[in-house]
Amino acid sequence: MNAKTRRLVAASLVAVTATAVLAGCGSADRGGSGAQGGVLKLWTHNAGNAAEYDVVEKVVNDFNASQTTYKVEIEAFPQGAYNDAVVASSSSKKLPCILDVDGPNVPNWAWGGYLAPLELKGGEVPLDDQLPSTVGKYRDEVYAFGFYDVALTMFARKSVLDEHGIRVPTPDRPWTRAEFSAALADLKAGGKFEYPLEMGTGGSGEWWPYAYSPQLQSFGGDLVDRSSYKTAEGALNGPTARDWAKWFRSLVTDGYMAQKSGSSPNDDFLNGKSAIEWDGSWDAAKNVEKLGDDLLILPPVDFGQGPKIGGASWQWAMSSNCAQPEGARAFLEFTRKTAYFLEFAKATGTIPATDAAAAKIPGYEPGGRYEPLVRAARDFAVVRPVTPAYPYIASVFEKTAKDIVAGADPDAALDEAVKQIDANLKLNDFYAD
Amino acid sequence: MSAKSSPAVARRVPVYALRVVLALFFAFPVVFMLVSSLKPDEQIFGDLGSPRAFLPVGSLSLENYAAVFDRVPAIRFLLNSLGISAITIVLGILVNSLAAFALSRMRWPGRKLLLTVIIATLIVPFETFALPLVWWVNELPWLEVNGFSVTLTEGWLDTYRVQVLPFVANAFSIFLFHQYFQSIPKELDEAALIDGAGWFGIYRRIVLPLSGPAIATVAILTFLPAWNSYLWPLMVVQDEELRPVMVGIQYFFQLNVSWGQVMAYASMITVPVLALFLAFQRSFINSIASSGVKG
Repeated sequence: MNAKTRRLVAASLVAVTATAVLAGCGSADRGGSGAQGGVLKLWTHNAGNAAEYDVVEKVVNDFNASQTTYKVEIEAFPQGAYNDAVVASSSSKKLPCILDVDGPNVPNWAWGGYLAPLELKGGEVPLDDQLPSTVGKYRDEVYAFGFYDVALTMFARKSVLDEHGIRVPTPDRPWTRAEFSAALADLKAGGKFEYPLEMGTGGSGEWWPYAYSPQLQSFGGDLVDRSSYKTAEGALNGPTARDWAKWFRSLVTDGYMAQKSGSSPNDDFLNGKSAIEWDGSWDAAKNVEKLGDDLLILPPVDFGQGPKIGGASWQWAMSSNCAQPEGARAFLEFTRKTAYFLEFAKATGTIPATDAAAAKIPGYEPGGRYEPLVRAARDFAVVRPVTPAYPYIASVFEKTAKDIVAGADPDAALDEAVKQIDANLKLNDFYAD
Repeated sequence: MSAKSSPAVARRVPVYALRVVLALFFAFPVVFMLVSSLKPDEQIFGDLGSPRAFLPVGSLSLENYAAVFDRVPAIRFLLNSLGISAITIVLGILVNSLAAFALSRMRWPGRKLLLTVIIATLIVPFETFALPLVWWVNELPWLEVNGFSVTLTEGWLDTYRVQVLPFVANAFSIFLFHQYFQSIPKELDEAALIDGAGWFGIYRRIVLPLSGPAIATVAILTFLPAWNSYLWPLMVVQDEELRPVMVGIQYFFQLNVSWGQVMAYASMITVPVLALFLAFQRSFINSIASSGVKG
């Protein structure tokens, strides 16, 4: 064998080896529909969240053991990366048969063709038994349902309110705007708290519309005109919305709230840095454990149009490119058991989506320690705008609210937000089908 | 003699003092990360307002590291990133040096125009064509080897190769090799041609052995983005077993973030890079300086 031939043979071997190595490494090719030979793929956002993942796994194992036609396989993604992974996979038609979806995104994913209507016919628990905020609808069709919801609430210490002579509000008689302002002024004047109110302004993303748009709605404004979903004019920049924006800014200028809170607002509250914390039900158990009977779980403030909180959390759905929709439906119907509603809520410390499940969880029953959270989810929850434009509206609202807190002129900021939202709606032909 | 050197020493003191301050300033984030990885969350936040935040004091343990392994398949992710980075580097050096060799040493019409076009692609940010690239790699064919049978499959998603091959050919690496090859005398090629060598022989026996600094530069500049890769694997990999380290950091950002665990995981994925830097400190600095790239 001469040198040239040896080189040729060597080069060929290298090429074949490289191909084989990469082919061997890449043997995880997946079917496009997320369903092959009775195998149904299920994507969840719970990688790194063992508590909820374990329940998902249990439900899947129970289903797989209950029949032999289908086998559900779980793929877990970290929550912060989940939406991007779904959007990227939808563009390449690689969505799984079953996937979970954050409630406010249901209309966008349904409009975008990622999801199929569920059209469920069976299941132990009827959809009507669920909290309305836990059923994801778009154009009168059900695209998703969740096992739990979360609720915004105000945490405070009873001892602190008593010390400052502040009335403890109840769901039937929440604080009014004037009462809340007076309470903050008293707490500030007491000198113990640099910022008496902790609103989590160091957060980002969906937290901003989730946490602060209910206050805007309690003032009388909204993110968009829900009668037509064709403009934000008048809703986001009307007199009540402008009033909200000025109030929101005044929390900073009056020294009641930090322009940007710390990395862990809840730890700051527990460490006594703030007197009142606007937070979610997910911190309730931790707070009760740390503060015991001194912890108050308070209803949101009534700024004029009643107390409001955001509704909808993670829900389960079926993708539109599922090759075995009957299998996906069989699985979803199987999951609709009170026992699973119970397990999810217990594992995640969230509010069960049905009263039957709530009655079985210590603390969530009528008169229980966490009943104010159940009442808030039932009586005060406002579903975020049911429009495919919601993700865009949410991002505009986040930027606008951050600008207002940072000192932007509230009127100009709201007008600019309306301009951007309306332009997006027009650009997308008002998200017509 | 000491009288002469004293003023010189005195002049150096403020310079060294400034350097020490700057070194501490730049080391603070890393020190904070390493120290916080040993503390419980309450203590991390309790220490924030004082120098204790940078000191290994208080309740120290390896609990955060143990929790990391409970939460994330960290070893798997580390091995994935090491493998992906290593293969990208080896193939990158081979492909880009060959391309640069053809552009630099061989005479053929259009090579200057092609080099200009290649360099022009540097101004296009990856994010602008990431989605089209996802669609494209999803359509690409591949030969699947199962034992002795080879089958033609379609789509590269959810594989290791999709994390490697799109980043092998790199305009900046081609440019670096090209510039370096230009500095090697062309007379060497002519002498080798007269002696009967082919172009591949010249590349392998003459040009490549003389290009150690360029190879080191490309290796390091390929390693950093490959190790730090986040957006691309997020878009193209669904199987947990194929994920690289940077995607793993998202596992910790749930509703209640455990910052001690975040710091422990960040330390685990930073230490290999720091070790590599310490081992190849001289080459690293030379490579960054010679490429004119700022971090």
